Amino acid sequence: MIEATGLTKSYGSKTAVYNLSFRVLPGKVTGFLGPNGAGKSTTMRMILGLDAPTDGSVTIGGHQYRELPNAPRLVGALLDANAKHGGRSARAHLLCLAQLSGIPARRVDEVLDVVGLTQVARKRSKGFSLGMGQRLGIAAALLGDPQVLLFDEPVNGLDPEGIRWVRELMRRLASEGRTVFVSSHLMSEMAQTADHLIVIGRGQLMADLPVRAFIEQNSTGFARLRTPDGDEAGREKLVRVLAEAGGQVQAEPEGTLKVTGVELPRISELAHAADVRLWELSPHHASLEEAYMRMTQGAVDYRSSEDQRSGLQGPPQQAPGGWQQPVGPQGGYAPPPPGAGFGAPPPAHAAPPHPPHAAHQAAAPYRPEDAR
Amino acid sequence: MSPMPRVLLSEWTKIRTVRATLWTLVSALLVTVVLGVLISVLLNNTFDDLSREDRATFDPTFISFSGTQLGQLAMIAFGILVVANEYSTGMIRSSLSAVPVRGQLLAAKLAVATALALAVGMVTSFASFLLGQLALGDHRTDLSEPGVLRAVFGTGLYMGLIALFAMGLTWVLRSPLLSFGVQIPFFFMISNILANVPATEKIGQYLPDQAGSRAMAVVDTGDWPYGPWTGLLIMLAWVAAAVLAGWLVLRHRDA
Repeated sequence: MIEATGLTKSYGSKTAVYNLSFRVLPGKVTGFLGPNGAGKSTTMRMILGLDAPTDGSVTIGGHQYRELPNAPRLVGALLDANAKHGGRSARAHLLCLAQLSGIPARRVDEVLDVVGLTQVARKRSKGFSLGMGQRLGIAAALLGDPQVLLFDEPVNGLDPEGIRWVRELMRRLASEGRTVFVSSHLMSEMAQTADHLIVIGRGQLMADLPVRAFIEQNSTGFARLRTPDGDEAGREKLVRVLAEAGGQVQAEPEGTLKVTGVELPRISELAHAADVRLWELSPHHASLEEAYMRMTQGAVDYRSSEDQRSGLQGPPQQAPGGWQQPVGPQGGYAPPPPGAGFGAPPPAHAAPPHPPHAAHQAAAPYRPEDAR
Repeated sequence: MSPMPRVLLSEWTKIRTVRATLWTLVSALLVTVVLGVLISVLLNNTFDDLSREDRATFDPTFISFSGTQLGQLAMIAFGILVVANEYSTGMIRSSLSAVPVRGQLLAAKLAVATALALAVGMVTSFASFLLGQLALGDHRTDLSEPGVLRAVFGTGLYMGLIALFAMGLTWVLRSPLLSFGVQIPFFFMISNILANVPATEKIGQYLPDQAGSRAMAVVDTGDWPYGPWTGLLIMLAWVAAAVLAGWLVLRHRDA
């Protein structure tokens, strides 16, 4: 198990990682997700004792890496697929690392076989493609048959077949009871590989939740509808009717309404019954990628808008679509705070990772009828 | 169980499996010997044109080591590559993950590379001396003369130590470009200029290469303010300082 507590890393005035706390548990693939520059690699280097944290600590099985007995046999890592001397053959590269860790040479041939590089084992790695480099790096991580595996962006440069292979490898390693921590900047990739997600943005924890929860919250479809311009009364009526039918309605900045929880034909019927005309009624699918991007981009804005939104959050069972804007008679439509409502607690609340929706659940439920 | 044997073995594999690194050692040997022989031939042919003073202090041993001026650059290149390769490739992260006690990695790498450099240095030194003496004809000396064997060993030691100095400094500088850019011009030109310009002579003579090269000479021309052993000690102090600096940087800086 990997456990980070208040992990912080600053380079001069620049903070790469701030107050990061999380646990990576054995037996599952934990995705470490964040845009480039979010601090993923820095965190991985700190886990491996390569970079010293400015504050906080990170341990593997209760020990700091540099104090681990027999670290290379317990932890394997792929940090950089290019971290090899081009003049050295794949086999020689692995042999250097194996000898460094006291691993017998025949294990080198085993892992070369596992990653499918046996045929080019004696070729200089200078001519390797990025994908072959990734395979070589994965082979190096597997050398010690370790219980804890770290992979930094392992699918970069791999072809679809290679990506599927990596995915299956991760899943198999986890099913053997190992701790597998994989970083990526692709949500779609993690949705297929990981069991659990740790999302960071600008060095801070954005979310720590099971992949299934993230998908459930973010992949539900929604309907977008538009009422005729100037017809405020009709619009308010429709919002009320939809809410009574169990839907969640959000006002969008463009003046449209985003509705979840009510099927499209039903929306049409309700509008017809309420005698409200519709200019638009269209089905939409939220993409996981988009949800994740909004989550990470909102990292900083989130703080400043925190007060403004308090008390406006939907109850947890309304999680799909998350937040709700007051669509009241005043007709005031505040633009949605970026990143809100995707299970992302504000950074200040982020430290206790379980449950991830603490902020959500604490917020008082809001329903349109309360406004009146 | 101490990890040292396996780390030493790995460092040997690292050196052995990169051809470019081995070539620097081969060039150190070839350049030093060939240049030493050429200069010996030249001096043998022009000996009668030398001034009386130069003839009086003629040092056939030292002359046969003239090639070290250039050959040492290849030794320095070897020292730089052995260390900087880790950083330029990013391999250092894998190495330090496998050997979390950083001093052990540094010690093993320096031990293996220095042993190799010393071995090549000794071969170079003996080959330079023997072939150089052949080329010097009537003006030659031999190993049984006083101080000659010491000078031959001194030259071998010098070649090993200059490589070790480069390794130590490269642990500090890390980048191969920076390491070459600083060390090659320094040992090729700057140090020689400092040691030969009257204004800086007093200080220049205490630079590592200048001090170490005192051990190559048999005849005391009166140019040096110290003897051969003191010269080697001064060089050794520089080497120790470079290695210490490298160790401190490796220990405290992020990899």
